[in-house]
Amino acid sequence: MTLTPRDMALFVIVFALIAATGFFQSWNVALGILNMGLISAIMALGVNMQWGYAGLFNIGVMGFVALGGLGAVVVSMPPVGEAWAAGGLRVVLALITGAVAIAAAAFAWRRLPKGAARAAILVAMLVVGFFLFRWLFDPAVASIEKINPAISGYLGGLGLPVLFAWPVGAVLAAGAAWVVGKTALGLRSDYLAIATLGIAEIIIAVLKNEDWLSRGVKNVIGIPRPVPYEIDLQNSESFVTRMTNWGYDPVIASSITVKLAYTGLFLAVLLILLWLSQAALNSPWGRMMRAIRDNEVAAEAMGKDVTARHLQIFILGSAVCGLAGAMMTTLDGQLTPASYQPLRFTFLVWVMVIVGGSGNNFGAVLGGFLIWYLWIMVEPFGLFLIQGITAGMSDGYWLKDHLLDSAAHMRLFTMGLILLLVLRFSPRGLIPER
Amino acid sequence: MDLLNAIVAMANFVFLPAISYGSQLALGALGVTLIYGILRFSNFAHGDTMAFGAMATILFTWFLQSLGVSLGPLPTALLALPVGIAATALLVLAVDRLVYKFYREQKAAPVILVIVSMGVMFVMNGLVRFIIGVDDQRFADGARFIITAREFKEKTGLQEGLAIKSTAMLTVVVAVIVVAILFWFLNRTRTGKSMRAFSDNEDLALLSGINPERVVMITWIIVAGLATIAGVLYGLDKSFKPFTYFQLLLPIFASAIVGGLGNPIGAIAGGFVIAFSEVTITYAFKKVAGYVIPAWEPDGLVQLLSTDYKFAVSFAILIIVLLFRPTGLFRGKAL
Amino acid sequence: MSDTPYGDDRGNKDASITNRKPAATLKAAPGSGEPKHSADAYLIGDTVTGGYGRGADILHACTIAVDEGQIAVIVGPNGAGKSTAMKAVFGMLNLREGAVRLAGEDITNLTPQDRVAKGMAFVPQTSNIFTSMTVEENLEMGAFLRRDDINATMEQVYTLFPILKDKRRQAAGELSGGQRQQVAVGRALMTQPKVLMLDEPTAGVSPIVMDELFDRIIEVARTGISILMVEQNARQALAIADKGYVLVQGRNAFTDTGKALLADPEVRRSFLGG
Repeated sequence: MTLTPRDMALFVIVFALIAATGFFQSWNVALGILNMGLISAIMALGVNMQWGYAGLFNIGVMGFVALGGLGAVVVSMPPVGEAWAAGGLRVVLALITGAVAIAAAAFAWRRLPKGAARAAILVAMLVVGFFLFRWLFDPAVASIEKINPAISGYLGGLGLPVLFAWPVGAVLAAGAAWVVGKTALGLRSDYLAIATLGIAEIIIAVLKNEDWLSRGVKNVIGIPRPVPYEIDLQNSESFVTRMTNWGYDPVIASSITVKLAYTGLFLAVLLILLWLSQAALNSPWGRMMRAIRDNEVAAEAMGKDVTARHLQIFILGSAVCGLAGAMMTTLDGQLTPASYQPLRFTFLVWVMVIVGGSGNNFGAVLGGFLIWYLWIMVEPFGLFLIQGITAGMSDGYWLKDHLLDSAAHMRLFTMGLILLLVLRFSPRGLIPER
Repeated sequence: MDLLNAIVAMANFVFLPAISYGSQLALGALGVTLIYGILRFSNFAHGDTMAFGAMATILFTWFLQSLGVSLGPLPTALLALPVGIAATALLVLAVDRLVYKFYREQKAAPVILVIVSMGVMFVMNGLVRFIIGVDDQRFADGARFIITAREFKEKTGLQEGLAIKSTAMLTVVVAVIVVAILFWFLNRTRTGKSMRAFSDNEDLALLSGINPERVVMITWIIVAGLATIAGVLYGLDKSFKPFTYFQLLLPIFASAIVGGLGNPIGAIAGGFVIAFSEVTITYAFKKVAGYVIPAWEPDGLVQLLSTDYKFAVSFAILIIVLLFRPTGLFRGKAL
Repeated sequence: MSDTPYGDDRGNKDASITNRKPAATLKAAPGSGEPKHSADAYLIGDTVTGGYGRGADILHACTIAVDEGQIAVIVGPNGAGKSTAMKAVFGMLNLREGAVRLAGEDITNLTPQDRVAKGMAFVPQTSNIFTSMTVEENLEMGAFLRRDDINATMEQVYTLFPILKDKRRQAAGELSGGQRQQVAVGRALMTQPKVLMLDEPTAGVSPIVMDELFDRIIEVARTGISILMVEQNARQALAIADKGYVLVQGRNAFTDTGKALLADPEVRRSFLGG
């Protein structure tokens, strides 16, 4: 699978659009779009693996992205020694207890003979496990959250460089995906969609409420960066002189330099992932995945373990989403659990994949850039449009005010419209498979 | 006496809220299940259809209120409801005509329709936000309570009060009426039976001369009605905020699936199963425990899970049901 | 993979979002390039040539006809196009040549539903009842197009198949195979058709039930309803047939009365196992 001239042209158009924003608006905005576009492209790659390669319907992208964000916090924030002393070990012990209770129950379910006794033992194990867990967990959490709640009140992280968080975010997402996939895939028919929808909401609920872990709605801010800070650049004499010599304003130049550094990092990740995805898709493994997708019965008859392959690709795709989530949290420098909305983090990614071209990695990447560009730019365009429409109305007229206020909501409407138009007139997406 | 107090407390904080929430979920799930049975896909735009219906009703309610129209103790929204339903029905019929019909003609795979419904969801969500904004809107009027906690305490001499919100009662009454009409329609009328027949065996329905486009049209109208009623009742009982309607998707889908997708009785049962487990598991039993075992002074709230985890409860119920009965509680008999 | 991009579900079989029940397969494919007129009968598929969609022709100048109150049976080896010939008459096949006429009227361009309204009833081989509905509701749905009182017709069906009256409040899906076939035929009779088309009505039922079913079919024919039927059990079917069509590779191989075909040594040797 290679890019046709038409595909190349599409990429050129999208980058030209972003560049135009740089020329006519500001390079800061353009680079901002580019950076989030890169992250969006990675999310789209992850969803494309699941939907495009294997037909798995994951509508819990938000959860995996948020887990990646949690990874960034857990890895890079400095540990809070006091909190650990107050109840860190007890929390860990409680979590282990809970995990053991569930594992034991699962083990008992598998080993014991069927019957009422088994059900009773199972329920008893789970109930005892739950109360033991709460007994260990609650006081520990209370004492952790009491410690300096205004700025900490949580356990903190490992204090490692934030780049380590990226693979960790991927692993966290993969772990969650394993649990979801294990339960939801591979019965007579799967029910992955509803399971992923549910798990995503639960993950967000955990991030919002478990203050000891993620500070909840108090947010974790100031996550260390893998790139220099603007203020340091502005204080660095060599940077200022060089930029002044080149004829740039050092303040603007510093923020552009930082954004470019992120662009470099993200681009490297995207290219590696794209290369890996392409290699995988064209390998015997990729051919097998497509064979399963196109004719599951035949693939099964040839001895392919369809469920195991589906589980595998579901975990891989979710891990990629987790990676993107960790990258995004790194870029933002903060984890704000309340900002995770399914429309933005699940369904928008789906729009990217469908519009770009499901089953085609380049399509997914293109969709990621294009849709993210539109997501940002529809608002100013919409405002411009509304201003045009309302130009004839007198100031203070209720409809004019209402329309101007509502212009911001045009973006959801537009995204839906784009998705519907593409599905109708180009159902295989902008860059179709094969 | 203490036991009586405990029962009243339970009724007040668990039973009543769960019944009204369950009715709202059941109405929502019925809409999802009808679409699933007849059009064969899960409609992601359902939460936003509810929001649109509620919005249309609210706008007309405001209009009526500005004219000074009132139903006395009942909320004015009830008067506006038919208008809201009509507006929503027009919208979904237009959407069907412009969007879904094409895919039916193409014999599109159901999963494609699911993705299409995502697009419709975005559009409707944008539309609602565009028209009424994202903020909380109040439109409830009329009597707030049928019986307040204080009155109850005075009358019974109990320590615990039982407050019956008029909206809660209204929710239950309206839901019962709507469900009764729906079942009468599906089981007793020619058109209703033709819908069941279509859902059961499309080919044979065609061979019997049943017009599929008519079945689809009636389905959408019914769904618009159910969605609007569910949306308005939820809005009256709690508050109207477009985003919360979107979030209702998960419990509504969970209800429909727990009951067995495509099965109306299942949708109702599912709604109550989900509502009761959510409310019970996230309720702080401290008070009740105090009445039942006076000697025991629990230090915590005796709450199994914090209220923020109510999604986790619907989800857990869903998984448990699916693990043991993959087709839901009421399998077999569809629509 | 499907032929249209809209049909591509990528192998998704997620029961939580999509209804896994089989979709409608009934595809109206009326119309023909060159109508022909070679013979007359009450219902006739006259020298039809055609196939499914854009695929290759399955039928080649094949003629199937039935007269009022008669029983016509289509027999032949597997893959001979028996069911296809029936579907051609019912408007579910792309005809490139030939015509379908009912009572002299050209109905070649009508959809299957329109043909139902014209008085043709079709009983598919499988999925021919509404399993989740009661027997009575199945019959009611059969009469969906009728606006007059259907009680008399329903009584006739119950007289024909007494067991159905006992089970009329029971879900049709809970019945035995033979009873299901009775429901299926009963449903088709509710339209008060002039022609009843049966696609292998005895597939998968026991020999006793089969004889019983054939008896009922004869009774139906005696009420003046024409019957066109595809059958695997050629010997028994030809025994009750006024007219028999032996198809081979989509062509008429032998056409005669049922008795004559049963007596024909070549038909016996090739198709009836001696």
